[in-house]
Amino acid sequence: MSTPPSDVRPIIIIGSGPAGLTAAIYTARASLAPLVIEGEPSSTSDQPGGQLMLTTEVENFPGFPDGIMGPELMTNFRAQAARFGAEFITEKVTRVDFSERPFRVWVRDEEYRAESVIVSTGARSLMLGLEAEQRLIGHGLSTCATCDGFFFRGHEIAVVGGGDSAIEEATFLTKFADKVTIIHRRDEFRASKIMQQRAFDNPKIEMLWNHTVTEINGTDKVESIEVTDTVSGAVSTLDVTGVFIAIGHRPNTDLFTGVLDMDETGYLETVPGSSRTNIEGVFACGDVQDHTYRQAITAAGSGCMAAIDAERWLESQHA
Amino acid sequence: MATINLTTNTFDETIGGSALPIVVDFWAEWCGPCKQIAPILDQIADEHAGEITIAKLNVDEHPDIAMRYQVMSIPTMLLFSGGDVRRRIVGAKSKSALLQEFDEFLSSSH
Repeated sequence: MSTPPSDVRPIIIIGSGPAGLTAAIYTARASLAPLVIEGEPSSTSDQPGGQLMLTTEVENFPGFPDGIMGPELMTNFRAQAARFGAEFITEKVTRVDFSERPFRVWVRDEEYRAESVIVSTGARSLMLGLEAEQRLIGHGLSTCATCDGFFFRGHEIAVVGGGDSAIEEATFLTKFADKVTIIHRRDEFRASKIMQQRAFDNPKIEMLWNHTVTEINGTDKVESIEVTDTVSGAVSTLDVTGVFIAIGHRPNTDLFTGVLDMDETGYLETVPGSSRTNIEGVFACGDVQDHTYRQAITAAGSGCMAAIDAERWLESQHA
Repeated sequence: MATINLTTNTFDETIGGSALPIVVDFWAEWCGPCKQIAPILDQIADEHAGEITIAKLNVDEHPDIAMRYQVMSIPTMLLFSGGDVRRRIVGAKSKSALLQEFDEFLSSSH
Protein backbone atom coordinates (compact mmCIF):
# COMPACT_ATOMS: atom_id res chain seq x y z
CA MET A 1 0.00 0.00 0.00
CA SER A 2 1.52 3.31 -1.09
CA THR A 3 0.97 6.65 0.53
CA PRO A 4 -1.01 8.77 -1.92
CA PRO A 5 0.99 11.78 -3.17
CA SER A 6 -1.46 14.17 -1.56
CA ASP A 7 -0.72 12.72 1.85
CA VAL A 8 1.86 15.14 3.23
CA ARG A 9 2.15 14.96 7.00
CA PRO A 10 3.12 17.91 9.16
CA ILE A 11 5.96 15.99 10.77
CA ILE A 12 7.98 12.79 10.65
CA ILE A 13 10.21 11.81 13.57
CA ILE A 14 13.06 9.40 12.82
CA GLY A 15 14.16 7.49 15.91
CA SER A 16 12.45 6.63 19.18
CA GLY A 17 14.73 7.08 22.16
CA PRO A 18 14.03 9.67 24.87
CA ALA A 19 14.58 12.52 22.36
CA GLY A 20 12.33 11.22 19.57
CA LEU A 21 9.55 10.11 21.90
CA THR A 22 9.56 13.41 23.81
CA ALA A 23 9.31 15.22 20.46
CA ALA A 24 6.44 12.84 19.63
CA ILE A 25 4.61 13.61 22.89
CA TYR A 26 4.91 17.36 22.34
CA THR A 27 4.02 17.40 18.64
CA ALA A 28 1.15 14.95 19.20
CA ARG A 29 -0.27 17.18 21.92
CA ALA A 30 0.04 20.08 19.49
CA SER A 31 -2.25 18.11 17.11
CA LEU A 32 0.52 17.62 14.54
CA ALA A 33 -0.15 13.85 14.31
CA PRO A 34 3.53 12.86 14.16
CA LEU A 35 4.62 9.74 12.34
CA VAL A 36 7.42 8.10 14.33
CA ILE A 37 9.63 5.74 12.35
CA GLU A 38 10.98 4.02 15.42
CA GLY A 39 13.54 1.56 14.08
CA GLU A 40 13.80 -2.22 14.16
CA PRO A 41 14.30 -4.67 17.00
CA SER A 42 17.95 -5.58 17.50
CA SER A 43 20.19 -6.58 20.38
CA THR A 44 22.29 -3.46 20.04
CA SER A 45 21.50 0.03 21.27
CA ASP A 46 20.26 0.85 17.74
CA GLN A 47 16.67 -0.26 18.38
CA PRO A 48 13.25 1.16 19.22
CA GLY A 49 13.50 2.84 22.61
CA GLY A 50 17.22 3.43 22.14
CA GLN A 51 20.10 2.82 24.47
CA LEU A 52 17.95 2.59 27.62
CA MET A 53 16.44 -0.64 26.27
CA LEU A 54 19.71 -2.35 27.17
CA THR A 55 20.00 -0.95 30.69
CA THR A 56 18.56 -2.09 33.98
CA GLU A 57 17.85 0.35 36.79
CA VAL A 58 17.84 4.03 35.84
CA GLU A 59 18.52 5.95 39.05
CA ASN A 60 18.96 9.50 37.77
CA PHE A 61 15.83 10.18 35.75
CA PRO A 62 13.91 12.82 37.72
CA GLY A 63 10.49 11.81 38.99
CA PHE A 64 11.39 8.23 39.91
CA PRO A 65 12.75 8.38 43.47
CA ASP A 66 13.12 4.59 43.62
CA GLY A 67 14.54 4.30 40.11
CA ILE A 68 12.88 2.67 37.12
CA MET A 69 13.96 -0.04 34.70
CA GLY A 70 15.24 1.42 31.40
CA PRO A 71 12.93 -0.62 29.13
CA GLU A 72 9.94 0.22 31.34
CA LEU A 73 10.74 3.93 31.18
CA MET A 74 10.88 3.79 27.39
CA THR A 75 7.66 1.77 27.18
CA ASN A 76 6.04 4.57 29.22
CA PHE A 77 7.44 7.27 26.92
CA ARG A 78 6.02 5.45 23.91
CA ALA A 79 2.60 4.87 25.50
CA GLN A 80 2.42 8.56 26.39
CA ALA A 81 3.13 9.56 22.77
CA ALA A 82 0.61 6.99 21.46
CA ARG A 83 -2.04 8.30 23.85
CA PHE A 84 -1.96 11.67 22.09
CA GLY A 85 -2.12 10.20 18.61
CA ALA A 86 1.47 9.59 17.53
CA GLU A 87 1.62 6.92 14.84
CA PHE A 88 4.46 4.35 14.78
CA ILE A 89 6.24 2.33 12.13
CA THR A 90 8.55 -0.32 13.57
CA GLU A 91 11.08 -0.25 10.77
CA LYS A 92 14.21 1.58 9.76
CA VAL A 93 14.39 4.48 7.37
CA THR A 94 16.13 3.37 4.20
CA ARG A 95 16.88 6.77 2.69
CA VAL A 96 15.84 10.41 2.80
CA ASP A 97 15.55 13.26 0.32
CA PHE A 98 15.65 16.67 1.99
CA SER A 99 16.56 18.54 -1.21
CA GLU A 100 13.03 19.84 -1.72
CA ARG A 101 9.81 20.24 0.19
CA PRO A 102 7.86 18.31 1.14
CA PHE A 103 10.70 16.22 2.48
CA ARG A 104 10.68 12.56 1.50
CA VAL A 105 11.55 9.60 3.69
CA TRP A 106 11.59 5.99 2.52
CA VAL A 107 11.08 2.81 4.49
CA ARG A 108 12.27 0.22 1.97
CA ASP A 109 10.09 1.13 -1.09
CA GLU A 110 7.41 2.91 0.88
CA GLU A 111 7.59 6.69 0.55
CA TYR A 112 6.43 9.09 3.27
CA ARG A 113 6.29 12.84 2.84
CA ALA A 114 6.30 15.57 5.44
CA GLU A 115 6.63 19.32 5.79
CA SER A 116 9.15 18.93 8.60
CA VAL A 117 11.42 16.21 9.95
CA ILE A 118 12.91 15.66 13.39
CA VAL A 119 16.04 13.50 13.39
CA SER A 120 16.59 11.62 16.65
CA THR A 121 18.41 8.49 15.51
CA GLY A 122 20.73 8.44 18.53
CA ALA A 123 24.03 6.65 18.78
CA ARG A 124 25.05 3.01 18.73
CA SER A 125 27.70 1.11 20.67
CA LEU A 126 31.08 0.77 19.06
CA MET A 127 32.67 -2.64 18.64
CA LEU A 128 36.39 -3.36 18.79
CA GLY A 129 36.68 -3.99 15.06
CA LEU A 130 38.26 -7.45 15.40
CA GLU A 131 37.50 -10.13 12.84
CA ALA A 132 36.63 -12.60 15.63
CA GLU A 133 33.78 -10.39 16.82
CA GLN A 134 31.40 -11.49 14.05
CA ARG A 135 32.06 -15.15 14.79
CA LEU A 136 31.83 -14.96 18.56
CA ILE A 137 28.96 -12.57 19.12
CA GLY A 138 26.35 -14.52 21.06
CA HIS A 139 28.99 -17.09 21.96
CA GLY A 140 30.64 -15.33 24.84
CA LEU A 141 30.98 -11.93 23.23
CA SER A 142 28.11 -9.64 24.11
CA THR A 143 26.88 -6.10 23.62
CA CYS A 144 24.06 -6.51 26.15
CA ALA A 145 25.02 -7.25 29.75
CA THR A 146 21.42 -7.24 30.90
CA CYS A 147 20.49 -9.81 28.26
CA ASP A 148 23.42 -12.14 28.62
CA GLY A 149 24.90 -11.73 32.11
CA PHE A 150 22.79 -14.62 33.35
CA PHE A 151 24.73 -17.11 31.18
CA PHE A 152 28.00 -16.29 32.92
CA ARG A 153 27.12 -17.53 36.38
CA GLY A 154 30.38 -18.67 37.97
CA HIS A 155 32.52 -17.53 35.01
CA GLU A 156 35.44 -15.15 34.84
CA ILE A 157 34.71 -12.41 32.34
CA ALA A 158 35.94 -9.04 31.06
CA VAL A 159 34.31 -5.69 30.41
CA VAL A 160 36.10 -3.39 27.99
CA GLY A 161 35.75 0.36 28.48
CA GLY A 162 36.07 3.14 31.04
CA GLY A 163 32.88 5.18 30.95
CA ASP A 164 29.68 4.98 32.98
CA SER A 165 28.23 2.19 30.90
CA ALA A 166 31.35 0.03 31.30
CA ILE A 167 31.29 0.42 35.08
CA GLU A 168 27.55 -0.11 35.24
CA GLU A 169 27.83 -3.30 33.20
CA ALA A 170 30.74 -4.59 35.28
CA THR A 171 28.86 -3.93 38.51
CA PHE A 172 25.73 -5.62 37.16
CA LEU A 173 27.72 -8.62 35.91
CA THR A 174 29.15 -9.34 39.38
CA LYS A 175 25.67 -10.64 40.25
CA PHE A 176 26.50 -13.63 38.08
CA ALA A 177 30.22 -13.85 37.38
CA ASP A 178 32.88 -14.86 39.90
CA LYS A 179 35.28 -12.23 38.68
CA VAL A 180 34.96 -9.26 36.33
CA THR A 181 38.04 -7.57 34.92
CA ILE A 182 37.55 -4.07 33.56
CA ILE A 183 40.02 -3.45 30.75
CA HIS A 184 40.63 0.21 30.06
CA ARG A 185 43.14 1.79 27.71
CA ARG A 186 43.92 4.65 30.11
CA ASP A 187 44.96 4.78 33.76
CA GLU A 188 41.76 6.43 34.96
CA PHE A 189 38.04 6.16 34.24
CA ARG A 190 35.84 8.69 32.51
CA ALA A 191 32.93 7.39 34.55
CA SER A 192 31.23 9.48 37.22
CA LYS A 193 32.71 9.36 40.75
CA ILE A 194 29.76 7.49 42.25
CA MET A 195 30.00 4.75 39.61
CA GLN A 196 33.78 4.47 39.99
CA GLN A 197 33.50 4.12 43.76
CA ARG A 198 30.99 1.31 43.30
CA ALA A 199 33.47 -0.54 41.13
CA PHE A 200 36.43 0.04 43.50
CA ASP A 201 34.34 -1.19 46.44
CA ASN A 202 33.25 -4.35 44.67
CA PRO A 203 35.51 -7.28 45.62
CA LYS A 204 34.64 -9.17 42.42
CA ILE A 205 35.89 -6.36 40.17
CA GLU A 206 39.51 -6.01 39.14
CA MET A 207 41.02 -3.27 36.98
CA LEU A 208 43.43 -3.78 34.14
CA TRP A 209 44.61 -0.25 33.36
CA ASN A 210 46.46 0.80 30.22
CA HIS A 211 45.45 -2.24 28.20
CA THR A 212 43.54 -2.80 24.98
CA VAL A 213 41.97 -6.01 23.69
CA THR A 214 43.82 -7.00 20.54
CA GLU A 215 42.35 -10.47 19.91
CA ILE A 216 39.51 -12.67 21.06
CA ASN A 217 40.41 -16.35 21.00
CA GLY A 218 38.05 -19.28 20.48
CA THR A 219 36.41 -21.09 17.58
CA ASP A 220 32.87 -21.82 18.81
CA LYS A 221 32.99 -19.76 21.97
CA VAL A 222 35.21 -17.27 23.74
CA GLU A 223 38.10 -19.07 25.44
CA SER A 224 40.50 -16.22 26.18
CA ILE A 225 41.48 -12.76 25.03
CA GLU A 226 44.78 -11.21 24.10
CA VAL A 227 45.50 -7.88 25.77
CA THR A 228 48.24 -5.41 24.93
CA ASP A 229 49.83 -3.00 27.37
CA THR A 230 49.43 0.49 25.87
CA VAL A 231 52.59 1.69 27.67
CA SER A 232 55.09 -1.17 27.25
CA GLY A 233 53.50 -2.91 24.25
CA ALA A 234 53.70 -6.24 26.11
CA VAL A 235 51.12 -8.81 25.00
CA SER A 236 49.48 -11.21 27.45
CA THR A 237 46.52 -13.59 27.59
CA LEU A 238 43.56 -13.29 29.90
CA ASP A 239 41.51 -16.45 30.48
CA VAL A 240 37.94 -15.27 30.30
CA THR A 241 34.86 -16.95 28.84
CA GLY A 242 32.88 -13.78 28.36
CA VAL A 243 33.64 -10.35 26.93
CA PHE A 244 31.32 -7.36 27.18
CA ILE A 245 32.10 -4.33 25.06
CA ALA A 246 31.32 -0.81 26.31
CA ILE A 247 33.89 1.42 24.62
CA GLY A 248 31.69 4.25 23.50
CA HIS A 249 29.30 5.30 20.81
CA ARG A 250 29.02 6.51 17.26
CA PRO A 251 26.08 8.62 16.08
CA ASN A 252 23.63 6.97 13.68
CA THR A 253 24.01 9.48 10.88
CA ASP A 254 24.95 7.35 7.85
CA LEU A 255 21.55 8.19 6.33
CA PHE A 256 22.37 11.88 6.34
CA THR A 257 25.90 11.88 4.91
CA GLY A 258 26.25 14.76 2.47
CA VAL A 259 22.79 16.02 3.42
CA LEU A 260 23.02 17.37 6.95
CA ASP A 261 26.05 19.15 8.37
CA MET A 262 28.02 17.03 10.81
CA ASP A 263 31.28 17.31 12.69
CA GLU A 264 34.31 15.14 11.95
CA THR A 265 33.00 12.33 14.19
CA GLY A 266 29.61 12.25 12.49
CA TYR A 267 27.51 14.10 15.06
CA LEU A 268 24.89 16.37 13.49
CA GLU A 269 25.48 20.07 13.91
CA THR A 270 22.66 22.26 15.15
CA VAL A 271 22.45 26.02 15.51
CA PRO A 272 23.49 26.69 19.13
CA GLY A 273 20.55 27.16 21.47
CA SER A 274 18.18 25.45 19.03
CA SER A 275 17.56 22.15 17.29
CA ARG A 276 17.84 23.62 13.78
CA THR A 277 20.05 21.86 11.25
CA ASN A 278 21.48 23.38 8.08
CA ILE A 279 18.26 22.50 6.24
CA GLU A 280 15.29 24.67 7.12
CA GLY A 281 12.48 22.47 8.43
CA VAL A 282 14.78 19.65 9.54
CA PHE A 283 15.54 19.52 13.25
CA ALA A 284 17.84 17.27 15.29
CA CYS A 285 17.74 16.27 18.93
CA GLY A 286 19.21 13.75 21.37
CA ASP A 287 22.51 11.89 21.16
CA VAL A 288 22.69 12.20 17.38
CA GLN A 289 23.71 15.85 17.91
CA ASP A 290 25.14 15.68 21.44
CA HIS A 291 28.53 14.20 22.27
CA THR A 292 28.81 16.14 25.52
CA TYR A 293 25.96 15.24 27.88
CA ARG A 294 24.40 12.09 26.38
CA GLN A 295 21.88 11.56 29.17
CA ALA A 296 18.26 10.41 28.90
CA ILE A 297 17.12 13.65 30.50
CA THR A 298 19.16 15.90 28.19
CA ALA A 299 17.97 13.90 25.18
CA ALA A 300 14.36 14.30 26.34
CA GLY A 301 14.95 18.02 26.90
CA SER A 302 16.35 18.50 23.42
CA GLY A 303 13.44 16.46 22.00
CA CYS A 304 11.10 19.00 23.56
CA MET A 305 13.16 21.82 21.99
CA ALA A 306 12.92 20.18 18.57
CA ALA A 307 9.15 19.76 18.91
CA ILE A 308 8.68 23.44 19.81
CA ASP A 309 11.10 24.58 17.08
CA ALA A 310 9.25 22.45 14.51
CA GLU A 311 5.83 23.59 15.68
CA ARG A 312 6.81 27.28 15.46
CA TRP A 313 8.47 26.78 12.10
CA LEU A 314 5.34 25.04 10.72
CA GLU A 315 3.21 27.92 12.00
CA SER A 316 5.50 30.43 10.30
CA GLN A 317 5.10 28.54 7.01
CA HIS A 318 1.32 28.66 7.20
CA ALA A 319 1.04 32.25 8.39
CA MET B 1 -2.05 -20.72 16.32
CA ALA B 2 -0.74 -19.11 19.46
CA THR B 3 2.79 -19.68 20.66
CA ILE B 4 3.36 -22.57 23.05
CA ASN B 5 5.44 -22.59 26.22
CA LEU B 6 7.99 -25.37 26.57
CA THR B 7 9.45 -26.73 29.79
CA THR B 8 12.24 -29.18 30.56
CA ASN B 9 9.58 -31.88 30.78
CA THR B 10 7.87 -31.18 27.49
CA PHE B 11 10.84 -30.05 25.38
CA ASP B 12 12.09 -33.30 23.82
CA GLU B 13 8.65 -34.73 23.21
CA THR B 14 7.42 -31.53 21.55
CA ILE B 15 10.47 -31.09 19.34
CA GLY B 16 10.70 -34.78 18.40
CA GLY B 17 6.98 -35.15 17.80
CA SER B 18 6.43 -31.99 15.79
CA ALA B 19 5.32 -32.61 12.21
CA LEU B 20 5.84 -28.91 11.48
CA PRO B 21 9.09 -26.98 11.69
CA ILE B 22 9.27 -25.46 15.15
CA VAL B 23 11.03 -22.30 16.28
CA VAL B 24 12.08 -22.14 19.93
CA ASP B 25 12.56 -18.63 21.30
CA PHE B 26 14.91 -18.68 24.32
CA TRP B 27 13.92 -15.70 26.44
CA ALA B 28 13.68 -14.23 29.93
CA GLU B 29 11.67 -11.60 31.74
CA TRP B 30 14.67 -9.31 32.24
CA CYS B 31 15.72 -9.16 28.58
CA GLY B 32 14.60 -5.98 26.75
CA PRO B 33 15.22 -7.20 23.18
CA CYS B 34 13.28 -10.42 23.99
CA LYS B 35 10.24 -8.29 24.79
CA GLN B 36 10.55 -6.52 21.46
CA ILE B 37 10.45 -9.69 19.41
CA ALA B 38 7.72 -11.44 21.43
CA PRO B 39 4.83 -9.66 19.63
CA ILE B 40 6.55 -10.24 16.26
CA LEU B 41 6.79 -13.98 16.94
CA ASP B 42 3.13 -13.99 18.02
CA GLN B 43 2.21 -12.41 14.67
CA ILE B 44 4.26 -14.95 12.75
CA ALA B 45 2.59 -17.76 14.70
CA ASP B 46 -0.82 -16.40 13.69
CA GLU B 47 -0.02 -15.59 10.09
CA HIS B 48 1.76 -18.89 9.43
CA ALA B 49 -0.43 -21.20 11.50
CA GLY B 50 -0.32 -24.71 10.05
CA GLU B 51 3.11 -24.06 8.51
CA ILE B 52 5.36 -23.42 11.46
CA THR B 53 5.07 -23.69 15.24
CA ILE B 54 6.46 -20.98 17.47
CA ALA B 55 7.47 -22.09 20.96
CA LYS B 56 9.09 -20.26 23.86
CA LEU B 57 11.48 -21.46 26.51
CA ASN B 58 12.13 -19.39 29.63
CA VAL B 59 15.87 -19.72 30.33
CA ASP B 60 15.43 -18.64 33.95
CA GLU B 61 13.11 -21.56 34.65
CA HIS B 62 14.75 -24.11 32.36
CA PRO B 63 18.49 -23.35 32.25
CA ASP B 64 19.31 -27.01 31.51
CA ILE B 65 17.75 -26.79 28.04
CA ALA B 66 19.50 -23.46 27.34
CA MET B 67 22.80 -25.02 28.41
CA ARG B 68 22.25 -28.10 26.24
CA TYR B 69 22.02 -25.88 23.16
CA GLN B 70 24.84 -23.59 24.33
CA VAL B 71 22.60 -20.57 24.43
CA MET B 72 24.77 -17.74 25.81
CA SER B 73 22.83 -14.76 24.54
CA ILE B 74 19.14 -14.04 24.38
CA PRO B 75 17.01 -13.80 22.47
CA THR B 76 18.30 -16.87 20.61
CA MET B 77 15.92 -18.64 18.26
CA LEU B 78 16.54 -22.22 17.18
CA LEU B 79 14.56 -23.59 14.27
CA PHE B 80 14.09 -27.36 14.50
CA SER B 81 12.96 -29.52 11.61
CA GLY B 82 12.79 -33.31 11.93
CA GLY B 83 14.21 -32.94 15.44
CA ASP B 84 17.43 -31.23 14.30
CA VAL B 85 18.54 -27.63 14.68
CA ARG B 86 18.44 -26.14 11.19
CA ARG B 87 18.76 -22.42 11.94
CA ARG B 88 20.27 -20.50 14.83
CA ILE B 89 19.37 -16.82 15.10
CA VAL B 90 21.07 -14.78 17.80
CA GLY B 91 19.74 -11.37 18.77
CA ALA B 92 16.53 -9.50 18.12
CA LYS B 93 15.63 -8.96 14.48
CA SER B 94 12.86 -7.28 12.50
CA LYS B 95 9.88 -9.27 11.33
CA SER B 96 11.05 -9.26 7.72
CA ALA B 97 14.53 -10.47 8.74
CA LEU B 98 13.02 -13.31 10.80
CA LEU B 99 10.67 -14.35 8.00
CA GLN B 100 13.63 -14.46 5.67
CA GLU B 101 15.42 -16.85 8.06
CA PHE B 102 12.32 -19.06 8.28
CA ASP B 103 11.46 -18.75 4.60
CA GLU B 104 12.54 -22.14 3.26
CA PHE B 105 10.60 -23.85 6.06
CA LEU B 106 7.33 -22.07 5.30
CA SER B 107 5.16 -24.13 2.95
CA SER B 108 3.46 -21.10 1.38
CA SER B 109 6.76 -19.96 -0.05
CA HIS B 110 7.07 -23.06 -2.22
